[in-house]
Amino acid sequence: MLNVYDVLETIRMIQNECLDIRTITMGISLLDCISGDADTACTKIYDKITKKAENLVKCGEKIEKEYGIPIINKRISVTPIAMISAAAKGADPVKYALTLQKAADTCGVNFIGGYSALVQKGFSAGDLELINSIPEALSVTKNICSSINVGSSKAGINMDAVALMGKIIKQSAQVTADRQCIGPAKLVVFCNAPEDNPFMAGAFHGPGEPDCEINVGVSGPGVVRSAIEKYPDADLSELANIIKKTAFKITRMGQLVGAKASEMLGVPFGIVDLSLAPTPAVGDSVAHILEEMGLETCGTHGTTAALAMLNDAVKKGGVMASSHVGGLSGAFIPVSEDAGMIDAVNNGTLSITKLEAMTAVCSVGLDMIVVPGDISEETISAIIADEAAIGMVNNKTTAVRIIPAIGMSEGQTLEFGGLLGSGPVMSVCDKSCAKFINRGGRIPAPMHSIKN
Amino acid sequence: MRAVVTVIGKDSVGILAKVSGICAEYNANVTDVTQSVLQDVFAMMMLVDISAMSSDFSALSDRMTALGEELGLSIHTMHEDIFNSMHRI
Repeated sequence: MLNVYDVLETIRMIQNECLDIRTITMGISLLDCISGDADTACTKIYDKITKKAENLVKCGEKIEKEYGIPIINKRISVTPIAMISAAAKGADPVKYALTLQKAADTCGVNFIGGYSALVQKGFSAGDLELINSIPEALSVTKNICSSINVGSSKAGINMDAVALMGKIIKQSAQVTADRQCIGPAKLVVFCNAPEDNPFMAGAFHGPGEPDCEINVGVSGPGVVRSAIEKYPDADLSELANIIKKTAFKITRMGQLVGAKASEMLGVPFGIVDLSLAPTPAVGDSVAHILEEMGLETCGTHGTTAALAMLNDAVKKGGVMASSHVGGLSGAFIPVSEDAGMIDAVNNGTLSITKLEAMTAVCSVGLDMIVVPGDISEETISAIIADEAAIGMVNNKTTAVRIIPAIGMSEGQTLEFGGLLGSGPVMSVCDKSCAKFINRGGRIPAPMHSIKN
Repeated sequence: MRAVVTVIGKDSVGILAKVSGICAEYNANVTDVTQSVLQDVFAMMMLVDISAMSSDFSALSDRMTALGEELGLSIHTMHEDIFNSMHRI
Protein backbone atom coordinates (compact mmCIF):
# COMPACT_ATOMS: atom_id res chain seq x y z
CA MET A 1 0.00 0.00 0.00
CA LEU A 2 1.32 3.42 -0.90
CA ASN A 3 1.90 5.85 1.88
CA VAL A 4 1.70 9.58 1.58
CA TYR A 5 5.31 10.19 2.66
CA ASP A 6 6.70 7.99 -0.09
CA VAL A 7 4.53 9.68 -2.67
CA LEU A 8 5.55 13.14 -1.50
CA GLU A 9 9.22 12.13 -1.43
CA THR A 10 9.06 11.08 -5.08
CA ILE A 11 7.29 14.27 -6.08
CA ARG A 12 9.80 16.37 -4.15
CA MET A 13 12.71 14.63 -5.88
CA ILE A 14 11.25 15.46 -9.28
CA GLN A 15 9.96 18.95 -8.53
CA ASN A 16 12.63 20.41 -6.27
CA GLU A 17 15.72 18.27 -6.67
CA CYS A 18 15.96 18.01 -10.46
CA LEU A 19 15.45 14.24 -10.60
CA ASP A 20 15.03 13.20 -14.18
CA ILE A 21 15.75 10.51 -16.72
CA ARG A 22 18.61 12.06 -18.64
CA THR A 23 18.17 9.95 -21.71
CA ILE A 24 16.46 7.07 -23.40
CA THR A 25 18.94 5.92 -26.02
CA MET A 26 18.05 3.47 -28.73
CA GLY A 27 21.04 1.47 -29.91
CA ILE A 28 20.74 0.46 -33.56
CA SER A 29 23.13 -1.85 -35.37
CA LEU A 30 24.04 -0.72 -38.88
CA LEU A 31 26.04 -3.83 -39.73
CA ASP A 32 23.37 -4.92 -42.21
CA CYS A 33 23.64 -1.56 -44.01
CA ILE A 34 27.22 -2.10 -45.20
CA SER A 35 27.64 -1.62 -48.92
CA GLY A 36 30.53 -1.08 -51.33
CA ASP A 37 28.62 1.91 -52.64
CA ALA A 38 28.39 4.78 -50.17
CA ASP A 39 25.08 6.10 -51.49
CA THR A 40 23.43 2.69 -51.16
CA ALA A 41 24.81 2.36 -47.63
CA CYS A 42 23.50 5.82 -46.69
CA THR A 43 20.03 5.03 -48.02
CA LYS A 44 19.98 1.81 -46.01
CA ILE A 45 21.20 3.63 -42.89
CA TYR A 46 18.57 6.34 -43.19
CA ASP A 47 15.81 3.80 -43.77
CA LYS A 48 16.85 1.57 -40.88
CA ILE A 49 17.22 4.36 -38.32
CA THR A 50 14.01 6.13 -39.24
CA LYS A 51 12.09 2.84 -39.18
CA LYS A 52 13.47 1.57 -35.88
CA ALA A 53 13.28 4.92 -34.10
CA GLU A 54 10.07 6.09 -35.69
CA ASN A 55 8.19 6.12 -32.38
CA LEU A 56 11.10 6.74 -30.00
CA VAL A 57 10.34 10.40 -29.26
CA LYS A 58 6.59 9.80 -29.08
CA CYS A 59 7.11 6.90 -26.70
CA GLY A 60 9.41 9.01 -24.49
CA GLU A 61 6.84 11.76 -24.30
CA LYS A 62 4.08 9.30 -23.43
CA ILE A 63 6.11 7.86 -20.56
CA GLU A 64 6.91 11.36 -19.31
CA LYS A 65 3.22 12.10 -19.14
CA GLU A 66 2.17 8.84 -17.56
CA TYR A 67 4.75 8.78 -14.78
CA GLY A 68 5.23 12.50 -14.40
CA ILE A 69 8.99 12.16 -14.74
CA PRO A 70 10.90 14.37 -17.18
CA ILE A 71 12.91 12.57 -19.85
CA ILE A 72 15.37 15.21 -20.99
CA ASN A 73 16.80 13.63 -24.14
CA LYS A 74 15.82 10.97 -26.62
CA ARG A 75 18.87 9.73 -28.46
CA ILE A 76 20.15 7.11 -30.85
CA SER A 77 23.49 5.32 -30.90
CA VAL A 78 24.70 3.44 -33.95
CA THR A 79 27.46 1.02 -34.93
CA PRO A 80 30.80 2.86 -35.26
CA ILE A 81 30.54 4.39 -38.72
CA ALA A 82 34.15 3.49 -39.60
CA MET A 83 33.03 -0.16 -39.70
CA ILE A 84 30.34 0.74 -42.22
CA SER A 85 32.20 3.30 -44.31
CA ALA A 86 35.26 1.06 -44.69
CA ALA A 87 33.50 -0.98 -47.39
CA ALA A 88 33.05 2.02 -49.67
CA LYS A 89 36.64 2.80 -50.58
CA GLY A 90 37.41 6.35 -51.62
CA ALA A 91 34.02 7.73 -50.53
CA ASP A 92 33.86 10.75 -48.25
CA PRO A 93 32.82 9.63 -44.74
CA VAL A 94 31.12 13.01 -44.17
CA LYS A 95 28.33 11.67 -46.38
CA TYR A 96 27.49 9.26 -43.56
CA ALA A 97 27.47 12.07 -41.01
CA LEU A 98 25.02 14.04 -43.14
CA THR A 99 22.83 10.95 -43.47
CA LEU A 100 22.79 10.54 -39.68
CA GLN A 101 21.84 14.22 -39.32
CA LYS A 102 18.98 13.76 -41.77
CA ALA A 103 17.81 10.72 -39.80
CA ALA A 104 18.07 12.68 -36.51
CA ASP A 105 15.91 15.46 -37.99
CA THR A 106 13.30 12.99 -39.22
CA CYS A 107 13.07 11.13 -35.90
CA GLY A 108 13.23 14.32 -33.83
CA VAL A 109 15.91 12.94 -31.52
CA ASN A 110 18.37 15.20 -29.68
CA PHE A 111 21.53 13.38 -30.73
CA ILE A 112 22.87 10.48 -32.75
CA GLY A 113 26.16 9.08 -31.49
CA GLY A 114 28.44 6.72 -33.35
CA TYR A 115 30.54 8.70 -35.81
CA SER A 116 33.22 6.56 -34.28
CA ALA A 117 36.19 4.31 -34.75
CA LEU A 118 37.79 1.74 -32.44
CA VAL A 119 41.54 1.96 -32.97
CA GLN A 120 43.04 0.84 -29.66
CA LYS A 121 45.44 -1.56 -31.35
CA GLY A 122 45.76 0.01 -34.77
CA PHE A 123 43.92 1.50 -37.72
CA SER A 124 41.91 -0.81 -39.95
CA ALA A 125 40.48 0.13 -43.32
CA GLY A 126 38.30 3.21 -43.08
CA ASP A 127 39.47 4.29 -39.61
CA LEU A 128 41.96 6.95 -40.71
CA GLU A 129 39.60 8.38 -43.32
CA LEU A 130 36.86 8.67 -40.71
CA ILE A 131 39.10 10.25 -38.07
CA ASN A 132 40.46 12.78 -40.56
CA SER A 133 36.91 13.73 -41.56
CA ILE A 134 35.78 14.43 -37.98
CA PRO A 135 36.39 18.22 -37.97
CA GLU A 136 34.31 18.69 -41.10
CA ALA A 137 31.64 16.17 -40.03
CA LEU A 138 31.13 17.91 -36.67
CA SER A 139 31.08 21.29 -38.34
CA VAL A 140 28.46 20.53 -41.00
CA THR A 141 26.14 18.61 -38.64
CA LYS A 142 24.40 19.75 -35.49
CA ASN A 143 23.28 16.67 -33.61
CA ILE A 144 25.93 14.11 -34.46
CA CYS A 145 28.49 12.99 -31.87
CA SER A 146 31.81 11.35 -32.49
CA SER A 147 34.02 9.14 -30.35
CA ILE A 148 37.33 7.38 -30.87
CA ASN A 149 38.64 4.59 -28.65
CA VAL A 150 42.44 4.89 -28.54
CA GLY A 151 43.30 2.45 -25.78
CA SER A 152 42.20 -0.48 -23.67
CA SER A 153 43.50 -2.52 -20.74
CA LYS A 154 43.84 -5.48 -23.10
CA ALA A 155 45.45 -3.77 -26.08
CA GLY A 156 47.44 -0.91 -24.59
CA ILE A 157 47.38 2.61 -26.00
CA ASN A 158 47.68 3.40 -29.69
CA MET A 159 49.93 6.46 -29.44
CA ASP A 160 49.70 7.16 -33.17
CA ALA A 161 45.98 7.62 -32.68
CA VAL A 162 46.59 9.74 -29.57
CA ALA A 163 48.92 12.02 -31.55
CA LEU A 164 46.38 12.26 -34.37
CA MET A 165 43.49 13.08 -32.02
CA GLY A 166 45.39 16.10 -30.67
CA LYS A 167 45.40 17.51 -34.18
CA ILE A 168 41.77 16.56 -34.85
CA ILE A 169 40.52 18.22 -31.66
CA LYS A 170 42.40 21.42 -32.46
CA GLN A 171 41.09 21.45 -36.03
CA SER A 172 37.52 20.77 -34.86
CA ALA A 173 37.75 23.83 -32.63
CA GLN A 174 39.22 25.97 -35.40
CA VAL A 175 36.53 25.15 -37.96
CA THR A 176 33.78 25.87 -35.44
CA ALA A 177 35.48 28.93 -33.88
CA ASP A 178 32.53 31.11 -34.92
CA ARG A 179 30.12 28.80 -33.03
CA GLN A 180 31.70 28.67 -29.54
CA CYS A 181 34.15 26.03 -30.80
CA ILE A 182 31.29 23.53 -30.51
CA GLY A 183 33.02 20.85 -32.61
CA PRO A 184 35.18 19.28 -29.89
CA ALA A 185 32.27 19.40 -27.40
CA LYS A 186 30.76 16.63 -29.54
CA LEU A 187 33.95 14.56 -29.66
CA VAL A 188 35.20 12.11 -27.04
CA VAL A 189 38.49 10.21 -26.96
CA PHE A 190 38.13 7.02 -24.93
CA CYS A 191 40.17 4.34 -23.28
CA ASN A 192 38.10 1.20 -22.53
CA ALA A 193 34.99 2.63 -24.21
CA PRO A 194 31.78 0.86 -23.12
CA GLU A 195 29.70 -0.47 -26.01
CA ASP A 196 26.30 0.21 -24.47
CA ASN A 197 26.74 3.72 -23.12
CA PRO A 198 23.58 5.84 -23.50
CA PHE A 199 25.31 9.15 -22.67
CA MET A 200 26.64 11.61 -25.23
CA ALA A 201 28.98 12.50 -26.70
CA GLY A 202 30.50 9.04 -26.28
CA ALA A 203 27.55 6.80 -27.17
CA PHE A 204 27.96 4.20 -29.89
CA HIS A 205 26.38 0.81 -30.47
CA GLY A 206 29.12 -1.78 -30.10
CA PRO A 207 29.46 -4.63 -32.58
CA GLY A 208 28.62 -7.19 -29.86
CA GLU A 209 25.26 -5.60 -29.07
CA PRO A 210 21.90 -6.87 -30.39
CA ASP A 211 20.30 -5.46 -33.54
CA CYS A 212 18.32 -2.90 -31.58
CA GLU A 213 17.96 -2.17 -27.88
CA ILE A 214 16.93 0.47 -25.37
CA ASN A 215 19.42 1.85 -22.84
CA VAL A 216 18.52 4.34 -20.16
CA GLY A 217 20.68 6.91 -18.40
CA VAL A 218 19.42 8.28 -15.10
CA SER A 219 20.50 11.45 -13.36
CA GLY A 220 19.91 13.04 -9.97
CA PRO A 221 22.87 14.73 -8.25
CA GLY A 222 20.40 17.10 -6.55
CA VAL A 223 18.58 14.20 -4.89
CA VAL A 224 21.80 12.79 -3.48
CA ARG A 225 22.92 16.20 -2.24
CA SER A 226 19.69 16.89 -0.41
CA ALA A 227 19.68 13.38 1.11
CA ILE A 228 23.14 14.07 2.55
CA GLU A 229 22.06 17.51 3.72
CA LYS A 230 19.60 15.89 6.12
CA TYR A 231 22.45 14.14 7.99
CA PRO A 232 25.02 16.81 8.85
CA ASP A 233 26.59 14.74 11.63
CA ALA A 234 26.58 11.27 10.07
CA ASP A 235 29.94 9.53 9.80
CA LEU A 236 31.14 8.35 6.38
CA SER A 237 29.87 4.77 6.81
CA GLU A 238 26.39 6.11 7.44
CA LEU A 239 26.76 8.58 4.61
CA ALA A 240 27.70 5.80 2.19
CA ASN A 241 24.53 3.99 3.24
CA ILE A 242 22.39 7.07 2.67
CA ILE A 243 23.88 7.52 -0.81
CA LYS A 244 23.27 3.84 -1.60
CA LYS A 245 19.61 4.07 -0.62
CA THR A 246 19.13 7.20 -2.69
CA ALA A 247 20.91 5.70 -5.71
CA PHE A 248 18.66 2.66 -5.38
CA LYS A 249 15.53 4.79 -5.64
CA ILE A 250 16.83 6.79 -8.60
CA THR A 251 17.85 3.67 -10.46
CA ARG A 252 14.53 1.92 -9.86
CA MET A 253 12.96 4.73 -11.78
CA GLY A 254 15.39 4.27 -14.65
CA GLN A 255 14.62 0.57 -14.64
CA LEU A 256 10.87 1.25 -14.75
CA VAL A 257 11.18 3.73 -17.62
CA GLY A 258 13.51 1.45 -19.57
CA ALA A 259 11.25 -1.57 -19.14
CA LYS A 260 8.22 0.46 -20.16
CA ALA A 261 9.94 1.95 -23.23
CA SER A 262 11.18 -1.46 -24.28
CA GLU A 263 7.66 -2.89 -23.99
CA MET A 264 6.07 0.00 -25.90
CA LEU A 265 8.63 -0.07 -28.71
CA GLY A 266 8.92 -3.85 -28.90
CA VAL A 267 12.70 -3.61 -28.53
CA PRO A 268 14.79 -5.49 -25.93
CA PHE A 269 15.86 -3.58 -22.83
CA GLY A 270 19.65 -3.29 -22.64
CA ILE A 271 20.99 -1.58 -19.55
CA VAL A 272 20.50 1.20 -17.03
CA ASP A 273 23.46 3.51 -16.75
CA LEU A 274 23.53 4.63 -13.11
CA SER A 275 25.37 7.85 -13.64
CA LEU A 276 25.01 11.00 -11.61
CA ALA A 277 24.98 13.42 -14.51
CA PRO A 278 24.99 17.09 -13.55
CA THR A 279 23.47 19.98 -15.50
CA PRO A 280 24.21 23.69 -15.17
CA ALA A 281 20.82 24.12 -13.40
CA VAL A 282 20.82 25.20 -9.78
CA GLY A 283 20.79 22.16 -7.48
CA ASP A 284 21.96 19.68 -10.10
CA SER A 285 25.67 19.62 -9.36
CA VAL A 286 28.04 16.78 -8.44
CA ALA A 287 30.51 19.32 -6.99
CA HIS A 288 27.81 20.42 -4.54
CA ILE A 289 27.43 16.83 -3.30
CA LEU A 290 31.14 16.75 -2.48
CA GLU A 291 30.81 20.11 -0.75
CA GLU A 292 27.80 18.88 1.20
CA MET A 293 29.96 16.00 2.39
CA GLY A 294 32.21 18.54 4.08
CA LEU A 295 34.59 20.13 1.59
CA GLU A 296 34.68 23.91 1.49
CA THR A 297 35.14 23.86 -2.28
CA CYS A 298 35.30 21.02 -4.76
CA GLY A 299 38.92 20.55 -5.78
CA THR A 300 40.46 21.01 -2.35
CA HIS A 301 42.38 18.20 -0.63
CA GLY A 302 40.00 15.36 0.16
CA THR A 303 38.02 15.74 -3.07
CA THR A 304 39.36 12.53 -4.58
CA ALA A 305 38.46 10.52 -1.46
CA ALA A 306 34.97 12.01 -1.28
CA LEU A 307 34.38 11.33 -4.96
CA ALA A 308 35.66 7.76 -4.66
CA MET A 309 33.16 7.06 -1.91
CA LEU A 310 30.31 8.73 -3.78
CA ASN A 311 31.05 6.82 -6.97
CA ASP A 312 31.23 3.48 -5.20
CA ALA A 313 28.07 4.04 -3.16
CA VAL A 314 26.12 5.07 -6.27
CA LYS A 315 27.11 1.81 -7.97
CA LYS A 316 26.33 -0.37 -4.96
CA GLY A 317 22.91 1.20 -4.52
CA GLY A 318 22.09 1.06 -8.21
CA VAL A 319 23.18 -2.49 -8.92
CA MET A 320 20.39 -4.13 -6.98
CA ALA A 321 17.80 -1.78 -8.42
CA SER A 322 18.39 -2.78 -12.00
CA SER A 323 18.34 -6.06 -13.89
CA HIS A 324 21.34 -5.06 -16.01
CA VAL A 325 23.75 -2.26 -15.26
CA GLY A 326 26.09 -0.98 -17.92
CA GLY A 327 27.44 2.03 -19.72
CA LEU A 328 29.60 4.30 -17.64
CA SER A 329 27.77 4.08 -14.31
CA GLY A 330 29.25 6.42 -11.71
CA ALA A 331 29.58 10.12 -11.09
CA PHE A 332 30.28 12.44 -14.01
CA ILE A 333 32.48 15.48 -13.54
CA PRO A 334 32.00 17.60 -16.66
CA VAL A 335 33.30 21.04 -15.70
CA SER A 336 31.20 23.30 -17.94
CA GLU A 337 27.98 21.41 -17.14
CA ASP A 338 28.25 21.65 -13.37
CA ALA A 339 27.64 24.94 -11.54
CA GLY A 340 29.77 23.86 -8.56
CA MET A 341 32.70 22.82 -10.76
CA ILE A 342 32.57 26.14 -12.63
CA ASP A 343 32.70 28.07 -9.34
CA ALA A 344 35.57 25.91 -8.12
CA VAL A 345 37.58 26.65 -11.27
CA ASN A 346 36.78 30.35 -11.10
CA ASN A 347 37.92 30.65 -7.50
CA GLY A 348 41.16 28.88 -8.34
CA THR A 349 40.59 25.68 -6.36
CA LEU A 350 39.96 23.19 -9.14
CA SER A 351 42.74 22.54 -11.64
CA ILE A 352 43.22 20.09 -14.49
CA THR A 353 45.74 18.14 -12.41
CA LYS A 354 43.20 17.69 -9.61
CA LEU A 355 40.53 16.72 -12.12
CA GLU A 356 42.90 14.13 -13.52
CA ALA A 357 43.30 12.59 -10.07
CA MET A 358 39.52 12.60 -9.66
CA THR A 359 39.08 10.71 -12.91
CA ALA A 360 41.01 7.79 -11.44
CA VAL A 361 38.15 7.13 -9.02
CA CYS A 362 35.01 8.15 -10.88
CA SER A 363 33.41 7.20 -14.16
CA VAL A 364 34.59 8.82 -17.37
CA GLY A 365 37.37 11.40 -17.30
CA LEU A 366 38.38 14.93 -18.22
CA ASP A 367 35.03 16.08 -19.49
CA MET A 368 33.97 19.43 -20.97
CA ILE A 369 37.18 21.19 -20.07
CA VAL A 370 37.92 24.42 -21.87
CA VAL A 371 41.61 25.20 -22.48
CA PRO A 372 43.36 28.19 -24.07
CA GLY A 373 43.02 28.38 -27.86
CA ASP A 374 46.77 28.48 -28.41
CA ILE A 375 47.33 25.07 -26.74
CA SER A 376 49.61 22.90 -28.85
CA GLU A 377 48.32 19.76 -30.54
CA GLU A 378 50.95 17.74 -28.70
CA THR A 379 49.77 19.01 -25.32
CA ILE A 380 46.20 17.94 -26.14
CA SER A 381 47.55 14.53 -27.15
CA ALA A 382 49.56 14.29 -23.94
CA ILE A 383 46.46 15.07 -21.86
CA ILE A 384 44.68 12.27 -23.73
CA ALA A 385 47.64 9.93 -23.13
CA ASP A 386 47.61 10.64 -19.38
CA GLU A 387 43.90 9.89 -19.15
CA ALA A 388 44.17 6.77 -21.29
CA ALA A 389 46.99 5.53 -19.05
CA ILE A 390 44.79 5.93 -15.96
CA GLY A 391 42.02 3.97 -17.67
CA MET A 392 44.31 1.27 -19.02
CA VAL A 393 46.08 0.59 -15.73
CA ASN A 394 42.96 0.76 -13.57
CA ASN A 395 40.73 -1.32 -15.88
CA LYS A 396 38.20 1.47 -16.15
CA THR A 397 36.74 3.75 -18.76
CA THR A 398 38.40 7.11 -19.11
CA ALA A 399 37.73 9.77 -21.67
CA VAL A 400 38.80 13.21 -22.74
CA ARG A 401 36.44 15.85 -24.06
CA ILE A 402 38.48 19.00 -24.17
CA ILE A 403 37.67 22.22 -25.99
CA PRO A 404 40.41 24.58 -27.17
CA ALA A 405 38.73 28.02 -27.02
CA ILE A 406 40.11 29.64 -30.15
CA GLY A 407 41.14 33.24 -29.51
CA MET A 408 40.64 32.95 -25.76
CA SER A 409 43.05 32.66 -22.87
CA GLU A 410 42.93 31.78 -19.19
CA GLY A 411 40.40 33.79 -17.20
CA GLN A 412 37.87 34.08 -20.02
CA THR A 413 34.72 31.96 -20.30
CA LEU A 414 33.34 30.07 -23.26
CA GLU A 415 29.53 30.11 -23.22
CA PHE A 416 27.84 27.10 -24.81
CA GLY A 417 24.35 27.47 -23.37
CA GLY A 418 21.85 24.67 -22.78
CA LEU A 419 22.97 21.41 -21.20
CA LEU A 420 26.60 22.10 -22.12
CA GLY A 421 26.72 25.17 -19.87
CA SER A 422 29.70 27.51 -19.83
CA GLY A 423 33.35 26.70 -19.39
CA PRO A 424 36.03 28.88 -17.79
CA VAL A 425 39.29 28.59 -19.74
CA MET A 426 41.63 26.50 -17.56
CA SER A 427 45.38 26.74 -17.47
CA VAL A 428 47.57 23.99 -18.88
CA CYS A 429 51.30 23.43 -18.40
CA ASP A 430 53.25 25.12 -21.18
CA LYS A 431 56.29 22.84 -21.08
CA SER A 432 56.65 20.73 -24.22
CA CYS A 433 55.72 17.07 -24.49
CA ALA A 434 56.12 17.05 -28.27
CA LYS A 435 59.03 14.63 -28.44
CA PHE A 436 57.24 12.03 -26.33
CA ILE A 437 54.01 12.28 -28.35
CA ASN A 438 55.76 12.29 -31.73
CA ARG A 439 57.55 9.03 -31.00
CA GLY A 440 54.31 7.24 -31.91
CA GLY A 441 53.93 3.46 -31.59
CA ARG A 442 52.00 1.70 -28.86
CA ILE A 443 52.20 1.70 -25.09
CA PRO A 444 51.99 -2.02 -24.25
CA ALA A 445 49.11 -3.33 -22.16
CA PRO A 446 49.91 -3.64 -18.44
CA MET A 447 50.99 -6.92 -16.85
CA HIS A 448 47.66 -7.46 -15.11
CA SER A 449 45.85 -7.55 -18.47
CA ILE A 450 47.32 -10.99 -19.07
CA LYS A 451 44.65 -12.96 -17.27
CA ASN A 452 43.89 -15.93 -19.50
CA MET B 1 -4.18 -0.01 -13.17
CA ARG B 2 -4.17 2.91 -10.79
CA ALA B 3 -2.94 6.48 -10.76
CA VAL B 4 -2.05 8.69 -7.81
CA VAL B 5 -3.37 12.24 -7.76
CA THR B 6 -1.65 14.52 -5.24
CA VAL B 7 -2.80 18.00 -4.40
CA ILE B 8 -0.72 20.39 -2.32
CA GLY B 9 -1.38 24.06 -1.65
CA LYS B 10 -3.45 26.60 0.23
CA ASP B 11 -6.73 25.23 1.55
CA SER B 12 -10.00 26.48 0.08
CA VAL B 13 -13.60 25.34 -0.27
CA GLY B 14 -14.34 22.51 -2.69
CA ILE B 15 -10.90 21.23 -3.69
CA LEU B 16 -11.82 17.59 -3.13
CA ALA B 17 -15.12 18.07 -4.97
CA LYS B 18 -13.45 19.60 -8.01
CA VAL B 19 -10.72 16.96 -8.24
CA SER B 20 -13.11 14.06 -7.81
CA GLY B 21 -15.51 15.72 -10.26
CA ILE B 22 -12.85 15.55 -12.96
CA CYS B 23 -12.18 11.90 -12.10
CA ALA B 24 -15.86 11.11 -12.55
CA GLU B 25 -15.93 12.98 -15.85
CA TYR B 26 -13.20 10.69 -17.21
CA ASN B 27 -14.72 7.57 -15.62
CA ALA B 28 -11.76 7.14 -13.29
CA ASN B 29 -12.98 5.49 -10.09
CA VAL B 30 -11.69 6.98 -6.82
CA THR B 31 -10.63 4.08 -4.58
CA ASP B 32 -8.90 5.83 -1.69
CA VAL B 33 -8.40 9.35 -0.35
CA THR B 34 -5.99 10.57 2.33
CA GLN B 35 -6.14 14.22 3.16
CA SER B 36 -4.89 16.59 5.83
CA VAL B 37 -4.90 20.30 6.48
CA LEU B 38 -1.92 21.54 8.47
CA GLN B 39 -1.76 25.25 9.24
CA ASP B 40 -3.74 26.16 6.16
CA VAL B 41 -1.72 23.84 3.89
CA PHE B 42 -3.91 21.34 2.14
CA ALA B 43 -2.34 17.99 1.22
CA MET B 44 -4.29 15.22 -0.42
CA MET B 45 -3.44 11.93 -2.02
CA MET B 46 -6.07 10.18 -4.07
CA LEU B 47 -5.86 6.72 -5.60
CA VAL B 48 -7.91 6.32 -8.75
CA ASP B 49 -8.60 3.28 -10.87
CA ILE B 50 -7.81 4.21 -14.46
CA SER B 51 -8.43 0.87 -16.15
CA ALA B 52 -11.91 1.80 -17.39
CA MET B 53 -11.17 5.40 -18.26
CA SER B 54 -13.15 7.02 -21.04
CA SER B 55 -10.12 8.71 -22.62
CA ASP B 56 -6.36 8.79 -22.73
CA PHE B 57 -4.43 9.05 -19.44
CA SER B 58 -2.63 12.17 -20.61
CA ALA B 59 -5.97 13.99 -21.07
CA LEU B 60 -6.79 13.43 -17.38
CA SER B 61 -3.31 14.47 -16.37
CA ASP B 62 -3.46 17.68 -18.46
CA ARG B 63 -6.88 18.51 -17.08
CA MET B 64 -5.66 18.10 -13.48
CA THR B 65 -2.62 20.29 -14.14
CA ALA B 66 -4.89 22.96 -15.60
CA LEU B 67 -7.15 22.79 -12.54
CA GLY B 68 -4.09 23.17 -10.33
CA GLU B 69 -3.05 26.30 -12.19
CA GLU B 70 -6.57 27.69 -11.95
CA LEU B 71 -6.78 27.14 -8.18
CA GLY B 72 -3.16 28.02 -7.43
CA LEU B 73 -2.42 24.48 -6.25
CA SER B 74 0.18 21.96 -7.24
CA ILE B 75 -1.62 18.91 -8.66
CA HIS B 76 0.30 15.88 -9.94
CA THR B 77 -1.25 12.89 -11.65
CA MET B 78 1.15 9.99 -11.94
CA HIS B 79 0.89 6.27 -12.61
CA GLU B 80 1.25 4.34 -9.32
CA ASP B 81 4.05 2.17 -10.75
CA ILE B 82 6.58 4.94 -10.27
CA PHE B 83 5.95 5.00 -6.52
CA ASN B 84 5.79 1.23 -6.22
CA SER B 85 9.05 0.72 -8.05
CA MET B 86 10.85 3.42 -6.10
CA HIS B 87 9.66 2.52 -2.62
CA ARG B 88 8.90 -1.22 -2.73
CA ILE B 89 11.35 -4.03 -3.35
